[in-house]
Amino acid sequence: MSKVKELPGEAQVEAVRQPSIGHSVRAYTERVRSGDMGALPAVLGLIVLCTAFAIARPSFLTAINFANLFTQGAAITVIAMGLVFVLLLGEIDLSAGFTSGVCAAVLAVLVTNMGMPWYVGVLAAILTGTVIGSVLGTLVAKVGIPSFVVTLAAFLAFQGLVLVLVHEGTNISINDPVIKAIAQKNLPPALGWALYAGCVAIYALVQIVRARKRAARGLVADPLSLIAARVGSLAVIGGAAVYALNLERSFNPAFASLKGVPIVVPIIVALLVLWTFVLRRTGFGRHLYAVGGNAEAARRAGIGVDRIKVSAFMICSSMAAVGGIIAASRASSVDPNTGGSSVLLYAVGAAVIGGTSLFGGKGRVLDAVLGGAVIAVIDNGMALMQYGASVKYLVTGFVLLLAAGVDAIARKRASAAGLR
Amino acid sequence: MTPLLEVRGVDKSFGPVQVLHDVNFQAHAGEVTALVGDNGAGKSTLVKCIGGIHPIDSGDMLFDGAPVHVHGPRDAGELGIEIVYQDLALCDNLDIVQNMFLGRERRSGLVLDEATMEELAEQTLSGLSVRTVKSIRQQVSSLSGGQRQTVAIAKAVLWNSKVVILDEPTAALGVAQTAQVLELVRRLADTGLAVVLISHNMNDVFAVSDRIAALYLGRMAAQVKTADVTHAQVVELITAGRSGDLGLKNGVTP
Repeated sequence: MSKVKELPGEAQVEAVRQPSIGHSVRAYTERVRSGDMGALPAVLGLIVLCTAFAIARPSFLTAINFANLFTQGAAITVIAMGLVFVLLLGEIDLSAGFTSGVCAAVLAVLVTNMGMPWYVGVLAAILTGTVIGSVLGTLVAKVGIPSFVVTLAAFLAFQGLVLVLVHEGTNISINDPVIKAIAQKNLPPALGWALYAGCVAIYALVQIVRARKRAARGLVADPLSLIAARVGSLAVIGGAAVYALNLERSFNPAFASLKGVPIVVPIIVALLVLWTFVLRRTGFGRHLYAVGGNAEAARRAGIGVDRIKVSAFMICSSMAAVGGIIAASRASSVDPNTGGSSVLLYAVGAAVIGGTSLFGGKGRVLDAVLGGAVIAVIDNGMALMQYGASVKYLVTGFVLLLAAGVDAIARKRASAAGLR
Repeated sequence: MTPLLEVRGVDKSFGPVQVLHDVNFQAHAGEVTALVGDNGAGKSTLVKCIGGIHPIDSGDMLFDGAPVHVHGPRDAGELGIEIVYQDLALCDNLDIVQNMFLGRERRSGLVLDEATMEELAEQTLSGLSVRTVKSIRQQVSSLSGGQRQTVAIAKAVLWNSKVVILDEPTAALGVAQTAQVLELVRRLADTGLAVVLISHNMNDVFAVSDRIAALYLGRMAAQVKTADVTHAQVVELITAGRSGDLGLKNGVTP
């Protein structure tokens, strides 16, 4: 008995050899139908919200308000980027908001109270975040306390730590011009265009080179039309944004001109590129997804699950520190409320609205940026409509719940589709 | 012909409970050896001893005729012994290539060498004549149970394994998918690997195996050629430890 007779197996299919752009579109719609919506809800939400606010308050569409959106949303977006790493593992960091507060306070104490140069303050703040993350991660991974509890405890403790650092409620102002520039100053318009052109060119180059290399080895490569569509949409959206940000937005340009891309924008883009690279192109990123998808499978494959968990918390808290620096820069001061009130929930909301799953294993750094934009638009638009904090909180809470609901339902549909 | 893998006189106890009594077992290259036995007969324990997860109390293990000592899963992996567990251990959120190389990714410098991994995965799958997946960049969550089993088996084959042990690969599958996986099991053996198939299903055992080893209450009741026995005899070996001249005499190995 050496050969089993040909039994009727599943329908055998021809492997896809040369995909067209139509193929990609079909594959995408199939993914959305099976519950993997990705960025779709965030993008649709952005369009709907922007249209609604633009109709209700024409001032929403002004150049100055557009620039405000970026500086208002920056800190939350950066914290959300860090949270994506923890959420990918199916964990949560409830202390990220106050971690950003503690790190901002460290920055303020060093730079303002002790007169250190700005780079020492920034490095110390980020290092503080890394240390906090390693402690939280160790408690979760090695000791085995649920991350919900560890970070809830840290949430309370860090609130106290901020108070200690700012001496029970005083307000430390930040006068260092470099730190203030992060969230308050703009790039010269020409530099904005140059950076934009550089980004689009590099993106196009990376895409084309990868497709060429794959095609040369006989692997399935993205068709040129798809690459053109991707690069084209980046060029159009980015170009429109840079153009709008380069418009004069001062009420009295003769007195003080105000135009250009806010400095936080290239910072966010750089962080987005860095972390996207880490998640998608490195072994560490691959292992992070694996641990989030099936920790037991990852362990059997020889991946150090604990090490991955601790690293994710370290990245999260370090990014929270960067968010804290941006928040301190924008407010020109640090007080006991920095990183408090709605910061954490906005950041978690941003990641989830963008499409990162609370159940782990699914998410991108880009989600944090898209979700951060949605949160910034809601926050900004509601303020323009002159709704108070009450309505803002209610609406944001509802949006977060909606996003989490979409995530949970998508997961159900995906598992139903998987069991076909 | 020397068996590729042989264990002799293996005893294994967990505390006061002796699970394996003086077990002999052989697996030959190019053959499918079915390991059968009732629940609690010691099939999984025997496999875990071979895979280095449990140390054996006494007895010898020979690989290709030479004595070897396996002290952990890593040692077993280095010898070329791969075990495909029942609960598959695949990451749903990763695609087929990513799963096959999980923990052993190819890198070029800092970045992952996706193109090489994809090529190797495709070669392995086409070497096993797997033609049921649309794209090897498909997420595992979108695969059927049979396709998942196929990926798990292909993952074991990717690493130049010599012995592949499959723990109930068809337990959770439908009829068509079972056929598909059995076909793959047969192909593995035909490419020269020693395949050990743990199964409860007599139809599967008779469909693909060359030899049958029956465990009964921790003792090897008999190891016979599939062609020499009938369905009923194997069932008797599993349930009573003996069948006519075959099997245990008075509860002990003759």
